[in-house]
Amino acid sequence: MNAPRPMPRRIFLRRAGLSALAVSGTVPLLANCASGGDEGDDEVSGGGEEQTEENPFGVSPSDPLSVVIFNGGYGEEYAKFHESIYQEEFPDATINHQAITDIRQKMQPKFASSEPPDVLDNAGAEQMPISTLADNGQLTDLTQLWEADALGFEGMTVQDTLHPIAIEAAEYAGKPYVMNYALQVYGIWYDQMLFDEKGWQPAQTWSEFQDLCETIKSAGIAPMAHQGKYPYYIQQVLMDMAVKHGGPEVVYAIDSLADGAWQHDSIRMAAEALLWIKDNGYMLEGTEGLDHIQSQTEWNKGEAAFIPSGSWLENEQAAVVAEVNPDFKTTVAPTPLLDGAVLPFESTRVEAAEAFIVPADAANQVGGLEYVRIMLSKDGARKFTELTSAPTVVNGAADGLDASPGLASSLALIESGGDDNWNYYYTIWYSPMRPKIETVVGELAAGRITADEFCDRCQDIADQTAADPTTQQRTRT
Amino acid sequence: MQHGKYRFIAGFLAVPLGLYSVFVIWPFLQTFFYSFTNWTGLSPEFEYVGFQNFELLWDDTVFRHALRNNIVLLIGLPVLTVFIALLFAFLLNVGGSGAGVRSIRGHGSYKLAFFLPQVLSVPVIALVWLAIFRSTPDGLANSALGAFGLGPYGWLADPAMALYCLLWVLIWGSVGFYLVLFNAAISSVPRDLFEAAFIDGAGRASTFFRVTMPLLWDTIQTSWVYLAILALDGYALVLIMTIGPGNPDSSTQVMALQIAQAGFENGKAGYASAMGVVMFLLTLVVAATLLRLTRRERIEY
Repeated sequence: MNAPRPMPRRIFLRRAGLSALAVSGTVPLLANCASGGDEGDDEVSGGGEEQTEENPFGVSPSDPLSVVIFNGGYGEEYAKFHESIYQEEFPDATINHQAITDIRQKMQPKFASSEPPDVLDNAGAEQMPISTLADNGQLTDLTQLWEADALGFEGMTVQDTLHPIAIEAAEYAGKPYVMNYALQVYGIWYDQMLFDEKGWQPAQTWSEFQDLCETIKSAGIAPMAHQGKYPYYIQQVLMDMAVKHGGPEVVYAIDSLADGAWQHDSIRMAAEALLWIKDNGYMLEGTEGLDHIQSQTEWNKGEAAFIPSGSWLENEQAAVVAEVNPDFKTTVAPTPLLDGAVLPFESTRVEAAEAFIVPADAANQVGGLEYVRIMLSKDGARKFTELTSAPTVVNGAADGLDASPGLASSLALIESGGDDNWNYYYTIWYSPMRPKIETVVGELAAGRITADEFCDRCQDIADQTAADPTTQQRTRT
Repeated sequence: MQHGKYRFIAGFLAVPLGLYSVFVIWPFLQTFFYSFTNWTGLSPEFEYVGFQNFELLWDDTVFRHALRNNIVLLIGLPVLTVFIALLFAFLLNVGGSGAGVRSIRGHGSYKLAFFLPQVLSVPVIALVWLAIFRSTPDGLANSALGAFGLGPYGWLADPAMALYCLLWVLIWGSVGFYLVLFNAAISSVPRDLFEAAFIDGAGRASTFFRVTMPLLWDTIQTSWVYLAILALDGYALVLIMTIGPGNPDSSTQVMALQIAQAGFENGKAGYASAMGVVMFLLTLVVAATLLRLTRRERIEY
């Protein structure tokens, strides 16, 4: 009954098929990425018209322009407005507008085959690594755009109108390559209505903050929630307190992958502060497992007093607020100052984000440059803020706009922080480091490691990154 | 009669083999090739770097975590899924009370209930369980356990539990399919074999291990390989459900996710290809080992 027999053909075929499946079940994700040779050139494509004051890059009026917009939190309406201005300027040009969310999926093959669009809004969770594009020479040098006349600002160049952090963020190896359009303000956010009603004030110093936590907790509210699923958010509090304590050198060392950068006393103190919040039960219970929408909704419902985030928060939660707490007044406060802080209380991390690039291989590079100049015009930038309630990198473009509470407090912080506002770049420059550091931040915020362990583990990650021969090391001073 | 036979066969095989070569074999070869380059995936240019990517991979602590987690899934998922599905199939078919061998009452509705998760897509399963595993005291699992004075637990936010939560969801999503598969196999076993065993005085347990398992060995072997492949992936659940994703403390990182992160987010397609090569070899070894180890004499009935 059970004598061994030669394997029947059917079974053989089935097994052969199975093994093939076993192997192809893990089809490499990089399937079908074709690559070939390419010639590099520094000349700017498109145009060829005479360069005049109105047409500083010599755009040829009939050249088509292709614009790809990330259709995320800011939508695409603002881009349609910019395109309409471009169209007015060049009525014969055909504008190809594309608004997508999966930038990387759609654009990576275009870049790899040297057929990118003329303007790309490289943003969102699916963005392409911008520093790699810059290092590969795949982006257009924006120097001539920076030096061109700004539209709507009498006698100023584009560079004169930009926020210093936008200029700083644009640079790779000393040249501007990226136009980050939106200015994002980070801080700890609270409900102005709730605070007014209870007679609370955001704390200026760490000891005031400790007292405030106790007061808030005794009112039956968790003092702090955070988006535990993405430790990035709570990391903003830690970094801001550290940099405001130790000054910009703290973050310069981190961005330069310097020895002992993460073991700086200011980082250690900020880590201890975060642990103090967790260890004393001032974090919303279980916040470590919530995503951004869940935790922010708890916060909107009044379960927690503060939550770390950026200036997109008000827009992101608008629908939730309307449903759970229509009187909610989203307002940003800077983080409190640790003892001996060198930067003022009213300064914070301000990031130039929403990276617009003109690819070096674009068919109409000069058209792309002109389009970005239109974006940075007073009208263009103002319209963006009007449509999205988000500040832009263009100084003063939003002056006099009817601002919501969140936008007004963000704009006030940009103003009050001035040159003391700061930013970090290691997450963009050394992108493999970002999730690794966030892992350690998550452990710290959950109270599973000590401040010393936090500093040492982060430093190990930085040292490994510096030792990696594929890392393009950069320095900040 | 044999005239033109091979030409006939070749004619039928040409198209599928061609497609297979272009879309499966060729990308595999390309992956091997790119794993020796520093290609970014973003530009057409790259250089050969020899074994550099593999050397870096050797020192990559996160990759080691990913490997360890995949191995935990590789052992846990097939063993538990096959066991649970087989047991349920056996009980449904021969677990009926009363004399003789009969299926239990409501046999069909049980099958339907167990099979239901198979109809749901992975993201839906992930979201359902995400709501159950919510880490706040008002989460579904936490409030249920809270009624007994237990918890609240961190579930996916706890590095000691997160991977096992994922394993549970994978099992929950897979058992139904294998239950139906084993059920079909058991139905094709002649009843008199079970009856003979019962008459000879075999209990339910020994019938299960001495009759059911050996008779279904071929099906079990097939399931085993399928589940092992599923365990080596795990990408979608990790991406949607876990902190980070891949956290807390790299406790849920898997190789497939790390490949995607390196290749697409970080612009290191060469490095990602090296990981792909390692994963390919590992899958090959696992599949070959499983098929070899589980090879037994076929029982004809």
